[in-house]
Amino acid sequence: MEAFLQNLITGLSLGSIYALIALGYTLVYGILRLINFAHGDLFMLAAYAALGTATLLGLGTLPATAGLLGHAWAGFAVVLLVSMLAAAAAGWLVERLAYRPLRKAPRLNLLITAVGVSLLLENGAQALFTANPRRFPDLMADTPLLQIGRAQVGSLDLAVLATALVLLLGLELWVHHSRQGRAMRAVSHSHETAALLGIPVDRVIALTFAVGSALAAAAAVLYGVKYPKVDPLMGVLPGLKAFVAAVIGGIGNLRGAVVGGLILGLAETFVSAYGASTWRDALAFGLLIAILLFKPSGLFGHYEPEKV
Amino acid sequence: MTNARALLVIALCALGAAAVSALLPEYYAGILLAIGINALLAVSLNLVNGITGQFSLGHAGFMAVGAYTAAYLSAGPLAGLFAHPALGQLGVALCLLAAALLAGVAGWLVGLPSLRLRGDYLAIVTLGFGEIIRVALLNSDSLGGARGFIGVPGFPGGAGAPWVFGLLGLSLAACVRVMGSSHGRALLSIREDEIAAEALGVDTTRYKVGAFVASAAGAGAAGALFAFTYSFLHPSSFNFMKSVEIVVMVVLGGMGSMSGALLAAALLTVLPEGLRPLKELTGVDLRMVIYSLALVLLMLYRPGGLMGRKELWHLNWRRSKAVQP
Amino acid sequence: MNATVLSVENVSLNFGGIAALSDLSLTLSSGELAGVIGPNGAGKTSLFNILGGVYQPSSGSVRVMDRPLAGLKPHAVAALGLVRTFQNIRLFKELSVLDNVRLALHGRQCPGLLDSLLRRPAALAAEAGLTRQALHLLQRMELDPRRDERAGDLAYGEQKKLEIARALAAGPSVLLLDEPAAGMNPAESAWLKAAIAAIRRDFNLSVLLIEHDMSVVMGLCERLVVMDHGQKICEGAPETVRQDPRVVEAYLGTRRAGR
Repeated sequence: MEAFLQNLITGLSLGSIYALIALGYTLVYGILRLINFAHGDLFMLAAYAALGTATLLGLGTLPATAGLLGHAWAGFAVVLLVSMLAAAAAGWLVERLAYRPLRKAPRLNLLITAVGVSLLLENGAQALFTANPRRFPDLMADTPLLQIGRAQVGSLDLAVLATALVLLLGLELWVHHSRQGRAMRAVSHSHETAALLGIPVDRVIALTFAVGSALAAAAAVLYGVKYPKVDPLMGVLPGLKAFVAAVIGGIGNLRGAVVGGLILGLAETFVSAYGASTWRDALAFGLLIAILLFKPSGLFGHYEPEKV
Repeated sequence: MTNARALLVIALCALGAAAVSALLPEYYAGILLAIGINALLAVSLNLVNGITGQFSLGHAGFMAVGAYTAAYLSAGPLAGLFAHPALGQLGVALCLLAAALLAGVAGWLVGLPSLRLRGDYLAIVTLGFGEIIRVALLNSDSLGGARGFIGVPGFPGGAGAPWVFGLLGLSLAACVRVMGSSHGRALLSIREDEIAAEALGVDTTRYKVGAFVASAAGAGAAGALFAFTYSFLHPSSFNFMKSVEIVVMVVLGGMGSMSGALLAAALLTVLPEGLRPLKELTGVDLRMVIYSLALVLLMLYRPGGLMGRKELWHLNWRRSKAVQP
Repeated sequence: MNATVLSVENVSLNFGGIAALSDLSLTLSSGELAGVIGPNGAGKTSLFNILGGVYQPSSGSVRVMDRPLAGLKPHAVAALGLVRTFQNIRLFKELSVLDNVRLALHGRQCPGLLDSLLRRPAALAAEAGLTRQALHLLQRMELDPRRDERAGDLAYGEQKKLEIARALAAGPSVLLLDEPAAGMNPAESAWLKAAIAAIRRDFNLSVLLIEHDMSVVMGLCERLVVMDHGQKICEGAPETVRQDPRVVEAYLGTRRAGR
């Protein structure tokens, strides 16, 4: 029972990380109908940005030292903020340079470009930072906060859940109650109509990319705090899995992305705990194929046939 | 091209390659084989990505299926055949058949469910398939697992080049035949406008799956040839990067152009070898950086690649010439 | 009394809260040339999409040549004999004019794959037959001289003609034309009017067309169906329909229409 509870919490915290990344995919897909293959690599870049920031500020040796800022939580917040901004900028740049020129091109070309950008980021990072993995700084200590029988709920998992929750609420507010959020939803629905209504479509798309990338960055920081290995290819698997999560929930659907992420996180944790951990990574693809076979529109989406 | 002439061309490919290969020093003969195998991979992928306009990212997975099938058969049940140079050729033929068949079945299993859906899904499913195959191979100790599969016999009598280039010639001939027929037009129409094609009575799903299966079978055959060439297989040779390399070949050559795929395959096999001194010099393997940059730049500035959609053997200089099936 | 080749019974189509079609019924008799008119957004193209098998109706049923369409994919619908053109022309732009038409013939007359691979006489004969028929259709639509040109390079009016030639090649018994005269100048529309009438006669077709150009509709269509907001609001001979107050209101609002 205790093990179950432990796995539940771990699964939820992993799932909320996937959810944050999946939201980025779904936001971009909703507005451009593009699977941004490079999304996972923006996640990776954010991790390096966090690494750099933390090193600069002298953070990260246990016990969680306050570094230059005098308070551990401040350190975490600053690193989070900086990496979110860095990722937003990177995402904006990618859209501007590689995707926008191809707005009118056949979809296939755009997909290929996305794959190219993804590889470029991975291999570029490998060339710049070497393939040697680095250690993500310990931005916060993992103190056991709750004790239920023999199960422990650590502060780390709770912090991850709490941060994710705050960001998700923030996103929900932004998408449904702000002017830019409304504009984004309009553009997702139809570029032409939005343009006719006077909405600056290009700028909205750029903003969406920035927001999606920032969410991936937050995920990267939370991921790094839990699994401290940073290397140029660290974004590949989480990126793919988060994409699967987005599809499970119904790609283009924000709530679906969150639910999908949680489902995947829980599934992975429990599969790992109760058996075949070598197949854990293949689980995501298995789920993907299953859902494409039985309900391609995902749990919450509707399969949109092409407009004729 | 009549049947007799087609057979002649194939024979010439095989024998010509054998002759050239015999004259070359071993290192260059090896490169020639690599070019041939990559060309087969590129031409087969071109059928799906170029001509039919779908986006498959899992070609290496089908290659792996073929490679390990051939390896398993030739080192196991058919090992006896490979002891004799003459019977060995039969062994190679049987392994090639089995490899292509199994890879084709895999293609059918992967393609049928995914080709019903919109194009972007195929990319992810094929990517996932490639990864699942790789993970499965890593975890299967009976096929060598993470240590790799050792002990695949080489080509009996050292006759690698005739097999590779003979098969390449055969595939090209088959592709040319298909493209010159009504079926080729059907494939092209799917690329141009799938909805219109369907509305005019073309069973687009059947054609897409058909092209996908044929393409997978081609990759499987290439994989078998790969196994016989290097005698050692490791799952990491069939990873996503390999699939991407083949995609780059098809895109660079010009999506839809068979001769473009050939040119690009040759170019991209030779180039990394040529860049090796650079790698030694700087200590950094810039190959993948260059590949990915090339992919992006190509899409931005020359999406038609080297040959666009034309064939070397169709080139004429009239303006606005429509695509020749 | 002619046989009914097309029957739409109480068809509705809903897209997440929007009713594109509401309880629509209409029939088409063998050999008839009828038109569907109505203001933009009336649901005319949605109707064609249902007839063509692109969308499945949310309720109601459609029968073509007395066979139900339920669940059939577009290519199966075409095999039944119902072929449609598209409002915003969907030509195979990179292919030649000839190939566009030859492709449409493929559905009914494709040679076997093995035969094609081996260049057996049966396949060669089939291909030659395809080419012959395609050329004949092109000649009919006066497109023969452009046969080797890239379809995307044709002038707009010629592209529309090619779209029709292609639809004919698919061997329809029922032909659905979606705004065939859109973008045509008066000379071209006049030609089109005559061509459609001739085609109906020579190919034994039943034709249903969507059109906004009244000069084409009047004098060509034997019967009109008027749609607005996804419903049929009027039906009958063109002259009668034209004067019907409901139709006038649909097109012009509540202002009294001038002539």
